[in-house]
Formats: sequence, C-alpha cells, structure tokens
Amino acid sequence: MTAGANALTAVPETGEDILDVSFLADEHARSGISNPVLGMILFIASEVMFFAGLFAAYFNIRSAAPVWPPTGNIEFDLHPHLAIAGFLTIMLVTSSVTCQLGLWAIRRGDRTGLVRAFTITIVLGVLFLAGQLYDYSTLGFGINDGPFGSTFYTLTGFHGAHVFAGLLMLGVILYRGTAGQFSARHHDAVEAASLYWHFVDVVWICLFSLLYILG
Amino acid sequence: MATTVLTPTTTRARSGLYDWLTTTDHKKIGILYLTSSFIFFLIGGILALLVRTELAQPGLQFMGEASYNQFFTMHASVMLFLFVIPMLAGFGNYVVPLMIGAPDMAFPRINALSFWLLPLAGTIMMLGFFLGGSAAEGWTSYSPLANAKYSPGVGTDLWIVGLILIGTSSILGGINFLVTIFKMRAPGMTMFRLPILVWTILVTSVLVVLGTPVLTSALIMLFIDRNYGGSFFDPANGGNALLWQNVFWFYSHPAVYIMILPGMGIVSEIIPVFSRKPLFGYKAFVFATCAIGALGFSVWAHHMFTTGSVYLPFFSFMTFLIAVPTGVKFFNWIATMWKGKIEFSAAMLFAIGFLTMFLIGGINGAFSASVPVDFAINSTYWIVAHIHYVLFGGSVFAIFGGLFYWFPKMFGVKLNETLGKIQFVIMFVGFNLTFFPMHELGLMGMPRRIADYSPAAGWTDLNLVATIGSFIVAISVLPFLWNVFVSLRSGERVGDDPWEANTLEWATTSPPPPYNFDRLPEIHSERPVFDERHGRSLPASGH
Repeated sequence: MTAGANALTAVPETGEDILDVSFLADEHARSGISNPVLGMILFIASEVMFFAGLFAAYFNIRSAAPVWPPTGNIEFDLHPHLAIAGFLTIMLVTSSVTCQLGLWAIRRGDRTGLVRAFTITIVLGVLFLAGQLYDYSTLGFGINDGPFGSTFYTLTGFHGAHVFAGLLMLGVILYRGTAGQFSARHHDAVEAASLYWHFVDVVWICLFSLLYILG
Repeated sequence: MATTVLTPTTTRARSGLYDWLTTTDHKKIGILYLTSSFIFFLIGGILALLVRTELAQPGLQFMGEASYNQFFTMHASVMLFLFVIPMLAGFGNYVVPLMIGAPDMAFPRINALSFWLLPLAGTIMMLGFFLGGSAAEGWTSYSPLANAKYSPGVGTDLWIVGLILIGTSSILGGINFLVTIFKMRAPGMTMFRLPILVWTILVTSVLVVLGTPVLTSALIMLFIDRNYGGSFFDPANGGNALLWQNVFWFYSHPAVYIMILPGMGIVSEIIPVFSRKPLFGYKAFVFATCAIGALGFSVWAHHMFTTGSVYLPFFSFMTFLIAVPTGVKFFNWIATMWKGKIEFSAAMLFAIGFLTMFLIGGINGAFSASVPVDFAINSTYWIVAHIHYVLFGGSVFAIFGGLFYWFPKMFGVKLNETLGKIQFVIMFVGFNLTFFPMHELGLMGMPRRIADYSPAAGWTDLNLVATIGSFIVAISVLPFLWNVFVSLRSGERVGDDPWEANTLEWATTSPPPPYNFDRLPEIHSERPVFDERHGRSLPASGH
C-alpha cells in the first residue's frame, strides 16, 4: 500500500484552505507522534496505574503497621541484599542506556548498531531476571509471610513479569532488526519497545529505593 | 487531487463464518460486540428474574441462599462487565471511526483481540456454575467475605480471572479508541467538531485506561490472598480490609461513568436529529463531559461513608459537585428539544426515557451523597433503586435508543417503529414498576442481597409489585427480538441517511463498504452531513 492509499477522498471543490493536507502526506512526514508510539504511551499510562494500585496497597499496609519491617522475622531486613539488588539496578539502568543507543542508531539508519545494542540490552535483561531469581532463592521469607512477604513478592514479582514481557518485545525487535525491517524512517516498533523498557527500568528504580534502600 | 480507488484484495472465497471469526473490520467487530453483549444481557436478565422470583414472597420457595447469592452476584457481574460496558464499546467500535471519517480503528487486530477476550472471559466467569458454584459474595467482592475462608471454591477465582481478562479487553479497547480519535480524524474534523458521542467515548476511554488497571491490581491481590497465602486484605494477618474497598472503588466508581457517558453520547446524537435542531451548547457539553470524567476520580469513597474511615466532607462535596456538569447536560438536552420539531420515533422515545429515568437516578443518588442520609439508606434497596435508575433507566434506555438509531446504518434496513414503540411502553412501565417500589422498600429498611424476609416486615406487597414489573421488563424484550428478526428478513430498506441526521456516518452507504467512505463531505462544523444537505459548503460565520 502506498502512502496515502488510505486517504479519504475529501473533495476540495471550494475552500481548499481548510483541508488538512498533512493527513494525505506520508505518515512519517506528519507532525506529532505515530499511532504505535501513542498507543504505547497510553499503555504505559495504564501500567503506571496498575503499579499505582500495588504501591498504594504497600503504603497503606506499611503506614498502618506499628513497625516496618514487621518484627518476628530477622530476614525481613533487606539491607544485606543491598549489594546484589544494587548490582541488578546497575544492570537494568545500563540496559536502558544500551536500549536508547540502539534507538539512536536506527534513527540514523544504522541497523548493525541497533542489533548490537539490543543484543546487549536483552543479555542484561536476562541477567537481571536471573539475578532476581537468585536473590529470591536467598530470601528467608515467602509470599505467605504476612503483609511484608505479600507486598514484597507481589511488587517485585509483577515487575519481573514486566521485565519478561519487555524482553519478549525486545526479542521481536531484535528478530525484525536482523531481518532488516527497520530503517531511519520506519522504526515505530523500536521507539515503542524502548519506551516500554525505560518504563520497566523506572519502576525498578522506585522498587529498589523503596524496598532495599529505605527498607 | 487524485481520488484514490481502494480495491479490496481479499477474495470472496472464504465462508461467511470464517470471515466473522477473523474479521478486523471495526464495523463487524462492533456488531460482534453488540451481539455478544446482548446475549449476556439475556443471561443477566434471566439471573435477575430468578432473584426477583425468589423475592416475590417471604420464605424460600425456589432456591437456597447459596444459589440466591450466586445469582445476584452473577447478575450484577454479567450486566456490568459483559453487557453494559462492552455494549457501549460496541457502539463506539461501530460508530466512532465512521463519525470521524476514518477507514477503521487505529489498531484493527488489537480491536479483534479486545472483542474475543470477552466471550472467553464470560465463559470463564460462568464456568463456576458448573464447578461447584460461581462467585457469591456480591459483585463488590468485599473482604473478608471474599477470602478463601468465607468464599471457598473455585467460583470466585474464576470470577477474578474472568474480570481481569475483561479489564484487559477494556484497556486495549480504550487505548485503541484514544489513538483512533487523536490520530485518525478526517481532514477538517477538529476536536471541537467531533460528534458528542466521540467526545464521550474519548473521556470514557481515559477513565478506562487510568481506572481499570487499578481494579486489575486489586483483583490480583485478592487472588494472591485467596490462593498463595497473601495478607493484603486480611486484618487478622496485618492486612487491611478497607484497602480492598479503596482500590476497588477507585475503579468501580469511574466505571459508573464508563457505563453512562457513552449513553449520554448516544442520546446527544439522537435528540438533535429528532428535534431538528443542533445540540444546544456543544462546547458546554464537551466541557461538562470532561468535568464528569475528572471528578469521577475524586468521589470513590462515597461508597465507603459508613466505614467511618474516609474524609466525609470532601467526598460528599465532590459527589454533589458532579451534579453540576450533569445538570449542564440536562439543560443542553432540554434546550435542544425546546421549540424543536420533535419526532417521536422509537429511538427518540428511548432517548426521552433516558432523560426522565436517568434524572430520577441522579436525584436519588444525590440523597446518598448526603452523609447523614447515606448512613440510613446505605446497603438498602434504595441503593438498588438508584443503581438501576442509572444503569437501566440510563444506560439500557440509551442502548436501545442507539440500536434503533443505528440499525439502519448497520444493516440497511430500519427496525419496525411500531414494534419499537410497543417495546418502549412495556419496558418503561415494567422498569418503573420494578424499581420505583424499591425506594420505599429501602426507606422501610429492607437490606439488599437477602433471599428471604419476614412476612411481618411489611415488604411483601412492594416486593410482589417489583417482581411483576421485572417480568414485564422481560416481556418487553420479546418484541425487540422479534423486531430484529423480521426487520433483517424483510425490513424497510433505507438509503444512506434515513433520519436526515448530522454526523459523518450518514454520509456513506447503509451498510458502509469495508473501507467506510468513497468520499467525504467537507467538514466545517460538528454537523457536516447537515451542512452538505443544505448546501452550506462554508461556515456561515466564516473563519
């Protein structure tokens, strides 16, 4: 389908001045963001509200508790895990940087740069998930250990699930990138996936600050 | 300018059924939405009849409390989540791209996914009936009633999973509507020329995108509590029962506007057409819609006045405040009809039914906004009366109005007007007979969600009236089903614009081609088809 093939044929017999001709122009020549990117931004808005619900629950329960972390289980003190969590944070933040580098590369039309950067991003993401699972295995409490366990595993678990979803997205992008489907003009999917990856990163920074640093 | 000719590339070799199952055409998906939702309307209606039948007389005649609890829970869940919300989304799907002059939704395949999640979710939700009992703790699913101890069994878990899927469908649909409305408008279709229905769908979609995920988070926490020993909502274990109510109502109050705003939009399309006047105060209406959407997020705790743990003055004030933009809309509708050349078509009758009944629903809701009054009537049949005047008197009347209004566009034939008017009269009478007595029952102190009551309570007569009314409502659906059947077979064939309407969907054929428009009229106002019919190629004011 050529550009403008879906153009609706408004017939400007009179008053051509009111016709928004940009609608008929090439999609990428149009001002404003593309449909997939806008869709992703709105999806991220809904994801923000999803995590807002979980965070609200955390703050609600935490503010009502007499002491936090609750007494009774020495393992609730997460400060010994600060090092590994900090390492995971550095990996995820780095992966955001490489993701952005990949995006900048394809904006320049550099397909090799995109593929290289996204490969590193995916490796870092997988390492993050593996590290998180390792951290889980060393924790001395479970999801059924009171509100602390419930909130901790729900928040970090759903973040992990989002990392996994992000990795799937990045994987698709990488596959399509190696197939040469992106160019300087056509890379909406890369823009959208990288937005999502940054969002996942930001959620983790909030979680890390809240759960590990603040404790 | 070159006229682009669109040639459908798919061959007609595929069967009709396969085509419907795999379609990404917003019009077909819209009709799928409407059909699926109507089936759920019938299921929800049967559940309501079961509830009303049991309540006709004191004592337990037909079912035990356990079954009764399942029936009223699933009645509400089906009607809210599988009928009203998707039904209105169905109208949006069919009409919005046509109204803004677009060839389809922004994401057609996601659109198909949004629809197909619904029958799946509905099936999962209702599977509970066959697996030891469905959810039975009310659609609000309050904790601790909904926890594993008091609601054992897989029914509630299936309800949770089903609702999460419905929420996902809603969110994807909302995103799709927003991108479509922001990015797919035809040349000249500025934001302040959008038909009111499109505006209401836009605000609704914002509510869906921002509100529904919060419900998803609540449902996930409930699921964890029930199945993995979580303690979010269990006070005995350090959780907070009121947390559920806060998170739940943070979505479920905006959900009320999700269920009424598109109804207001439908009515705002019907009333100007059959009053032969433009909608009075277009911009005021748009701003009122936005105001309702914004205020909708600040009133959720009015469902929790009696918990004693919410800041009453704030939530009471904000709730009263919502009456202001709603009042603006009523003024607009009445001023539109004022001195209009009103044609009492079936669609218009339902629109007027909406106005009158939703007004009662607004007024009896304002009673509950007053904290001292709410303390007396909370969880009584007054609330049941209120919700049904809003959602039946409001949404359902608007939905039938919309069906009569757009049926000719969808199928190229009109629904029979006489049958429609008969349906309206029966439904209007039955509806009021069912729900008006509930005000009195509520004031007499009858609590909702009970299967039995004392013969000495003095509630028997009114309950019997309500039950008779509910069967009259059920009867009123029969002329509609018959109407659809005969109209599709041999209804009056119509042209592009049988109502002499205003908006773009009437500029194309009935039914429209898969790509919607061969040509679009010039768009100088919010009434392009009116302008073209009357040869107004340039705006009278001239800018």
